[in-house]
Amino acid sequence: MSDPAGARPDVQQDGDLRIVQVTKQFGSFTAVDDLTLTIPQGSFFALLGPSGCGKTTTLRMVAGLEDLTLGQILIGDKDITGTKPYRRPVNTVFQNYALFPHLDIFENVAFGLRRRRQPEVKRRVDEALELVELSHLARRKPAQLSGGQQQRVALARAIVNRPSVLLLDEPLGALDLKLRRQMQIELKRIQTEVGITFVHVTHDQEEAMTMADTIAVMNAGRVEQMGDPATLYENPSTTFVANFLGQSNLIRATVSGTAGDDLLLVASGQKLVLPRSRAATTSDELLVGVRPEKIRVDADGAAATLDGMNVLTGGVVSDTSFTGVSTQYLVRMPWGQELMVFAQNVGVEVLRPGTKVTLSWVPSHTFGLDAAQDAQAGVEIEGEEPAPAVGVGS
Amino acid sequence: MSALGTVGQDVAAPPPPRRRGRKVVPYVLLLPGLLWLVLFFIVPMIFLFSQSLQQGSLDQGYTMTWHWQTYVDAFQLYWPQFLRSFIYALIATALALLIGYPVAYTIAFKSGRWKNFLLVLVIAPFFTSFLLRTLSWQTILSSNGRVYSFFVKTHLLNLLQAGPYPLVTGNQLLNTPLAVITGLTYNFMPFMVLPLFASLDRIDIRLLEAGADLYGRPWTAFRKVTWPLSLPGVVAGTLLTFIPAAGDYINSKLLGNPNTTMIGQVIDGQFLRVTDYPTAAALSFTLMAAILVLVSIYVWRAGTEELV
Repeated sequence: MSDPAGARPDVQQDGDLRIVQVTKQFGSFTAVDDLTLTIPQGSFFALLGPSGCGKTTTLRMVAGLEDLTLGQILIGDKDITGTKPYRRPVNTVFQNYALFPHLDIFENVAFGLRRRRQPEVKRRVDEALELVELSHLARRKPAQLSGGQQQRVALARAIVNRPSVLLLDEPLGALDLKLRRQMQIELKRIQTEVGITFVHVTHDQEEAMTMADTIAVMNAGRVEQMGDPATLYENPSTTFVANFLGQSNLIRATVSGTAGDDLLLVASGQKLVLPRSRAATTSDELLVGVRPEKIRVDADGAAATLDGMNVLTGGVVSDTSFTGVSTQYLVRMPWGQELMVFAQNVGVEVLRPGTKVTLSWVPSHTFGLDAAQDAQAGVEIEGEEPAPAVGVGS
Repeated sequence: MSALGTVGQDVAAPPPPRRRGRKVVPYVLLLPGLLWLVLFFIVPMIFLFSQSLQQGSLDQGYTMTWHWQTYVDAFQLYWPQFLRSFIYALIATALALLIGYPVAYTIAFKSGRWKNFLLVLVIAPFFTSFLLRTLSWQTILSSNGRVYSFFVKTHLLNLLQAGPYPLVTGNQLLNTPLAVITGLTYNFMPFMVLPLFASLDRIDIRLLEAGADLYGRPWTAFRKVTWPLSLPGVVAGTLLTFIPAAGDYINSKLLGNPNTTMIGQVIDGQFLRVTDYPTAAALSFTLMAAILVLVSIYVWRAGTEELV
C-alpha cells in the first residue's frame, strides 16, 4: 500500500501530538471547549476527568472517529485533522476491547499489519503476543479468553502496528480491582519497553497517577490543570483538581499579612501559614487546602511539639473508621466543618468519637486556592459509574 | 441452525444440582409445541408418504402396494421442472441477497431514528395477500405498462431475448422466466432482509471503528469485519428465501408460461386437477428430500466456525 510517509509509523520522526484549539459540539452541547494540548513523543499521558468531561471525545477526535467542530490536530508537523482513521498513524485500545469475535487471537493482532501489507506478519504478531504474554493462546477465539487476557490482546493488536500514538480508552475499566492493579504495572512496563506515546483516558485518578508521566485533568470540556502526578496531587490549582485527584480539606481563610515567602492567614480565628509559591491566586480570600494524610491528629493534652506547624485547635472526632492501613477520622471543627484525617496505624492509640483533638501539619503541605470557586467541585459521588463509551459519551 | 450458538459456552460453570421436580417443567412447556408438530406435521407426513406408495384412483380407492416405481416415473417425467425450480429459486435468492443486503445494512447502520419505520416498510407487503401482490405484478409487467415501454425503448427487451436460455420470450415481459424470477425475488424479499437486519444490527459499532482504526479502508473493513459477522444472517436469509421459493407455485402460475412451470405447480396440478395422488405425494417427497440435501450441504459448507 502506498500510504504517504506520515502513515508509516515504523519510520521514527518528530512525533509530538498537538491538539490545537479544538472544539467539538454535539448539537448545542459543547463536549470539548477550545482545548490545546501538546503531548510529547514517547510520553505516557493521561486525560483524567469525570464522565462527560470530554476526554473520550478528545480521544476519538485524535483517532479520527469523530470530526472536529473547530481546531487542528497534528502529529509532528503533519496536520491529520481531516485524515481518515485508516490513514492515521494512530491506534486505539477500545473501552470494551472491540476484538473481532470471528477471528482468532493471532488474526486479531495481525489485522492492522495485513491491512497495510506489512512484511513478517508472523514474527511481529508473535513478538507482540510475547510482549503481553499470550503466545500460548494465539489460536483461541476472543470469547474463550478472560477479561484481562482480552485486554492484553487489544493492547497487542494496537502496539504491533507501532503507531506514533496509542490511544487507550478506559482500558482497564472492565477489570476487577486486583487485575486492574496488575495491568497498570504491566501497561507502564510495556510503554517503557516500546517507547510509543500513550494517551490514556480514564476517570480513575489512581490509575492515572500510577501510570502517567503527565496528567491533564479535564472538566466540562476544558483542561483544569496539567502536570506530573506529584505536582497535581501536592499542589492542585483548582478546587476541582484538589477534590477529584484524591481528597482534600478546604478551609476558608483570609490573608492577614506576609512573612518572608509566606502568607499569613486567618481561618475562623486561627492562624495558618501558606508558602506564597503554593497559592494559586493573588486574592485575599482563600481556600486553604491540605490532604488528609498530611494532617497529624493528637488528643488534647497529649505531649506534642507543634512549633512551626499549622495548628487547628478545638476539633472533636465525630467518626472513626479503621481501614487496616490507616485510620480515617472525621473531625468536626468549631466552625462546623468536618475535616478528614488519615492517620497511619503505627501503633498509636485509635481515637474514639467524641475525643477532643488538635490537628497539625507542616506549612509546606498547605496549598491555597481561589475562594471564588465551588469548594465541592470534583467531589466524587459515591458509586458513580463511567459513562458508556457509545455515542456522545464523556 | 444450532450452528449459530455462541462459542465459549464450554467455559460456563456446570449448573447447580436441582430438585427432581424442576426437570419436568421444560418438558411440560414443550408439550403444546410437540403436540402441534406431531398432529400437523408428522402425521400428515406419514399419510403423504404412505400415499406415495399406493396405487389406485380417487374413484376406486387406493391400496398400499409399496409401489416405489411411482418415484422413478415421476422424476423421469418432471426432472426439468425440478431443475428449473432450483435454478429460479437460486437466482431469486441471489438477487434478494444483492438487493436486500444494502437495504438491511442501511436500516441497521444509517437509518437513525427512522429504523423502526423502515422495518415496518419492509414487512408492509405482508399486510396484503400474497396472491394479490403477485397479481399486481401482472399489471406492472403488462405490455401496456411503463416498465414494458421502458424495456422496449432501451432495447433491454431485445437484449434479454438473446442467448440460449433467454430470460424474456415472445416480445413481452409478462409470462416469461424474468417475470417469474422477479415475482419470487419480490415475494420473499422480507425473509431475506429481516434476518440480515437482525444480524447486522447486532454488530457492535466499535468493531467497525476498530476495523477503520486498524487501517481497514471502508471496503476492506466491510469484507473483513462486517460481512463475516453478518454471515449468520446471510445463511438464515438465503435459506428462508430459497426454501419457499423452490417450492413456490403461485409465481410461475400467475407470471409465467407453460415453459416456466415449477415443481410446486406440477404438484398442485397433480393433486387438484389430475388427482393422481401417489405421483403428487412422490413429487412432494422428492422435493423435500432434495431441499434437505441442498440445505445440509449449504449449511455444512458455510461452515460453523464462522458463525459466532
